[in-house]
Amino acid sequence: MRERSGRPTRPGHAGAPARRDPAEPVLAIEDLTVTIGTRRGPARAVAGVDWSVRAGQTLALVGESGSGKSMTVLAATGLAPRAARVTGRVRLLGEELTVLPEPRRRRLRGRHVGFVFQDPMTSLNPVLTVGRQVSEGCEEHLGMTRRQARERAVELLDLVGIPSPRRRADAYPHQFSGGMRQRVVIAMALSCEPDLLIADEPTTALDVTTQAQIVELVADLRRRLGTAVVWITHDLGVVAGVADTVAVMYGGRIVEQGPVDAVFAAPSHPYTRALLAARPDPAHRGRELPAIQGAPPSPLDLPAGCAFWPRCPVRGDARCEHELPPLVPVAPGHRVRTFYPGREDA
Amino acid sequence: MARFVLRRLLQSVVVLLGVTLVVFLLLQLVPGDPVRVALGTRFDQQTYDALRERSGLDRPLVAQYVGYVGHALTGDLGVSFRSGQPVTTIVLERLPATLSLAVTAVLLALLVAFPLGVLSAVRSGSVLDHAARVFSQFGVSVPDFWMGIMGILLFAGVLGWLPPSGYVALTEDPAGWASHVLLPAAAVGLVTASILTRFIRSSVLEVLSEDYVRTAEAKGLRSRIVVVRHVLRNALIPVVTVVAVQLASLIGGVIVIEVLFAWPGVGRLTYDAVQARDYPVLQGAVLFVAALFLLMNLLVDVLYARLDPRIGVR
Repeated sequence: MRERSGRPTRPGHAGAPARRDPAEPVLAIEDLTVTIGTRRGPARAVAGVDWSVRAGQTLALVGESGSGKSMTVLAATGLAPRAARVTGRVRLLGEELTVLPEPRRRRLRGRHVGFVFQDPMTSLNPVLTVGRQVSEGCEEHLGMTRRQARERAVELLDLVGIPSPRRRADAYPHQFSGGMRQRVVIAMALSCEPDLLIADEPTTALDVTTQAQIVELVADLRRRLGTAVVWITHDLGVVAGVADTVAVMYGGRIVEQGPVDAVFAAPSHPYTRALLAARPDPAHRGRELPAIQGAPPSPLDLPAGCAFWPRCPVRGDARCEHELPPLVPVAPGHRVRTFYPGREDA
Repeated sequence: MARFVLRRLLQSVVVLLGVTLVVFLLLQLVPGDPVRVALGTRFDQQTYDALRERSGLDRPLVAQYVGYVGHALTGDLGVSFRSGQPVTTIVLERLPATLSLAVTAVLLALLVAFPLGVLSAVRSGSVLDHAARVFSQFGVSVPDFWMGIMGILLFAGVLGWLPPSGYVALTEDPAGWASHVLLPAAAVGLVTASILTRFIRSSVLEVLSEDYVRTAEAKGLRSRIVVVRHVLRNALIPVVTVVAVQLASLIGGVIVIEVLFAWPGVGRLTYDAVQARDYPVLQGAVLFVAALFLLMNLLVDVLYARLDPRIGVR
């Protein structure tokens, strides 16, 4: 991949907060709660979630489908469905997003946050050329003319490894393979040189070799551009490869969070341990993978105590069933939501 | 593209042949003798036989049909039993009236349905959305002739703003044409507007839930750009079909309204031809409408390929 150069590549930081403290997180959320009104009553998709991510760092949000990981970032950035009620604090580059009027929040989001969604087959507009879809963000946020934005789109397509980008910019999404489409989505996400990249299971819909390429591409871009990354996944293999910190979510809450090495070396929540145990291990080839019995709780009907209690192999005492365990530190920066950190079973 | 159009045109010829056959056979089943109707109550056997022979009605059915199709291929659809004029001339004379009515009705309908459908989808659940749904429910439930009668009573009778019926050619007196076309076009257009409003609303709602709309919102585009560039471009592709089908069916199907408003179009012609058992005119009118329908479908397909890059024209 070639060096990026030239004036059109270097967007002005118009609209960006003036001074950037490197210690200040790019995105910090505190006590984020999302309740979605449904026909069968309110569903609490996310409850009291805190985390932050700094420039050049990758935070992995891990959990099963429905654990609230996608909803957390969508709600934080103002993309939650209309039926959702969001409370808590969200600071993007020091600006409190939750109190901003939607037009201002929209501009901040488009200018400073890039999104890569799960399914590249559906996240691109079928009737617009990929060049147009990459360039429109630059026009909107960087004040480029249509021609400048198009040049930038070609550069970005080149940057993410799309061959003959000038020609391919005029092609439509259906003329690309899944992996190439996801590269287009990444080019789109990077178009305004965002401070934060949110990757919502970006490899789930792709085949294994393409997955590895996309993971490597994002890691490389993060290293070179210093972007903060929030990587949502249920693939613990990816987490180990790309993340600095990890937050494991279950039933809308964080159950364990900390530096990725610490969590992998000493998983302290029974759910994290179960997830790690369910990974395929080449040393145990041919043996059946241990699965977690039962299903995750419905956000319409969450248990009063620990959300994992119905499936938990530990079940220390009656408190687990009736009382919500607090998130307690077990090591510096490593916190876990259980009354029995580290205990294997009862 | 040229090959695609050519192939579709050839297919259309086959369909039109089918249409002639069906119409031809149906007319055989219709009770009533066109020669008797043409001659009135007082005639002798000699005149009857002569007219029957001149019209070709004494020949076997197959011969009649083959003769008809043969002539039709050269643009000769026969002569009217009643007036003796060539059918092609008669139908072509009536076409401008019908076309101008149908097009005006569809334009009026779009003028209402497009903003209403889009807004009620974008603000679904709002007061406007509920009003739009009531409107379209009303529109599809109320027959157009009743709307026509009410329109005449109110705007021509009570208020006296518009003429109750009649026709002025657009080419002769545009203002006169406009004042005459407004009531019948509004009466027909209301139904069309209701159908289109519903269709546009559901099409836009469907696209609004697509992933790529969320992608567009994630980019921080203004909501107007999201709706116009990302939602409408996709949502309106199926709407094109419905509009074309509505237009085509209006060209062939505004019989009652044309009769009610004394509008000298193809619908009125068809009605009169049925009354008079004027088979050649009836056949000709039906054939024309069918041909227009096919042409409209072809246009839609060509337009589709232009609007949706995924559809390759082979």
